[in-house]
Amino acid sequence: MKIAQDFRGSVIVAILAALFTLIAPSILEFFTIITLTQVIGLAILALSLALVWGYGGILCFGQTAFFGLGAYAYAVAATNIGGSTGAILIAILVAAAFAAILGYFVFYGRVSDVYLAVITLTVALILYSLIRRTSGPEYKIGNALLGGFNGTGAPPINSPGDGAAMLFPEHTFYVAMAALILVYLLCGWVVKTHFGRVCIAIRENETRAELLAYDTRLYKLGIFTLGAAIAGLGGVFFCVGVSRVTPDVFSLSQSALTIIWVIVGGRGTLIGPILATFALYYLTSALGAQQWLNTNLVLGVILIGFVLLVPKGVIPSITDWADGRRERRVSRSRERRMRVRRSRATAGTEAAE
Amino acid sequence: MKRGEVVVEARGLSMHFGGVRAVDQVDFSLWENELRCLIGPNGAGKSTFFKCLTGQLTPTMGDVVIRDVHVAGRESHEIAALGVGVKTQVPNVFDGLSAEENIWIAARRWHAAKRAKTLTAETIERLQLGDIRSDLVGALAHGQRQWVELGMVVAAEPWLVLLDEPAAGMTHEETARTAELIQEINQTAAMIVVEHDMQFIRMISRQVTLFHEGRILMEDTMDAISSDPRAREVYLGHRA
Ligand SMILES: Nc1ncnc2c1ncn2[C@@H]1O[C@H](COP(=O)(O)OP(=O)(O)OP(=O)(O)O)[C@@H](O)[C@H]1O
Ligand SMILES: [Mg+2]
Repeated sequence: MKIAQDFRGSVIVAILAALFTLIAPSILEFFTIITLTQVIGLAILALSLALVWGYGGILCFGQTAFFGLGAYAYAVAATNIGGSTGAILIAILVAAAFAAILGYFVFYGRVSDVYLAVITLTVALILYSLIRRTSGPEYKIGNALLGGFNGTGAPPINSPGDGAAMLFPEHTFYVAMAALILVYLLCGWVVKTHFGRVCIAIRENETRAELLAYDTRLYKLGIFTLGAAIAGLGGVFFCVGVSRVTPDVFSLSQSALTIIWVIVGGRGTLIGPILATFALYYLTSALGAQQWLNTNLVLGVILIGFVLLVPKGVIPSITDWADGRRERRVSRSRERRMRVRRSRATAGTEAAE
Repeated sequence: MKRGEVVVEARGLSMHFGGVRAVDQVDFSLWENELRCLIGPNGAGKSTFFKCLTGQLTPTMGDVVIRDVHVAGRESHEIAALGVGVKTQVPNVFDGLSAEENIWIAARRWHAAKRAKTLTAETIERLQLGDIRSDLVGALAHGQRQWVELGMVVAAEPWLVLLDEPAAGMTHEETARTAELIQEINQTAAMIVVEHDMQFIRMISRQVTLFHEGRILMEDTMDAISSDPRAREVYLGHRA
């Protein structure tokens, strides 16, 4: 993967997504629009891992920790404030601050990659079991009951500055899509900045980056924290879409699914994991509606299939294939030109004789 | 010959791995503008000595001073930030990036975007990497990868350059070009170069340091060393 591919691709994708957003409410059922908001939240989570793992090379197995913290922080803050705008900001900040502290110890302690994966997953699972134990009335933050394994209600989004003006589901969908598109463009921009390129370089060879006088700890902490902030925002839309947040946001299966989305979509792309999230979500719902096949079994088979057959993921494989075709076409036409030139040259010498 | 000031000084430097004394009580000085070669049989401790200078290893004992800064135990990036360029024995490059992007990362560390771009272009020109500038470095031949790594060192415009076996695995022609490049770099930087290829060393160096079993056995010109019975014994003894 080369970084130099231009930003135009991302902009085109963003425009297509914006067009889809505008027509979606008129072609899709009302219920689909409501679930879409929730899937968009998951797609933002996948995007955050695409950035942290795919570009930063940091295998964060517990990206759901930040997703879940974002969701809970939103639910609690929105219940207390009585409005969503500040709550969304709080959700992003809580996720980012938690990641910054965790990341500081992990990166400045020079914990190895494998341990990092284990530590982040463990953190997510610890949060899972902690929050499950909060069922009594004494577990209350302000007016918000945490609710143990039943979770707590997540208030809908309202127009900024007017806590009573709840958005219609279509409008919530617009907001979620706008957030997804903006975050996607933000990530596309970040990976092309100096900061982003250094993160990619660190993924490729940390020793070399160090020897070029880059403090790799700082860069890893930076992209890790940014990824967590994005995951936190994903948590907001997820819980708004479901209108509840339960400890399952921190669960092992949610962590595993997030990794699967990125593997299937392809590391080193941003759009791949997003599309994979939508595709696998709808596949899972379709499978859930029938009794013949076990859903988890199918997901497992898909994961193994991808790891063995399409290890790079869908989008990078397609890009490689297209690049290969283009190159072959170019070299074929170059050959043809050479042949023409050669035959002309022979014709010329023959004529001269 | 006027030597100027000492820019690298190791005092009683030791690096032990368990019972192995890879570097043992080494005192070493490098002067401004000097080009020093380190030689010695396999396992003599040359690369370990290098890694102690560059922060990749924290020495067990002793001190390293680079232009008045005590660097033993510092992080690699802090030492590199003093203006030290390093090429390691095992090539360390960004395999998944193009040759141009590799060099740009080095140049951009020190310069704003515009200057980094021209510096990258100049470096590519200077190392004749034009044909492979957009190829992924992971797909390049060994010699070319070494040059991309040299390109990264050069693009950072260091005043002190440490190269561990820069000509290893190169063809004759490539080796000669590398020797030229090293002399060019030496115009603006003090250098330490580890090499096994004696002909190559004769091409570039005046003063040579001979390592053996973690210690400095002698320090002299290549001619003096090659006619010294001790040096011959070290090499022959190792071959036998
Ligand atoms: N990380 C390590 N752990 C244990 N022993 C090591 C380590 N690195 C090097 N050594 C040992 O230290 C000694 C010196 O190794 P070093 O790589 O410095 O030699 P060298 O002079 O660079 O050799 P070569 O010419 O083969 O590159 C060797 O005996 C080696 O086995
Ligand atoms: Mg060595």
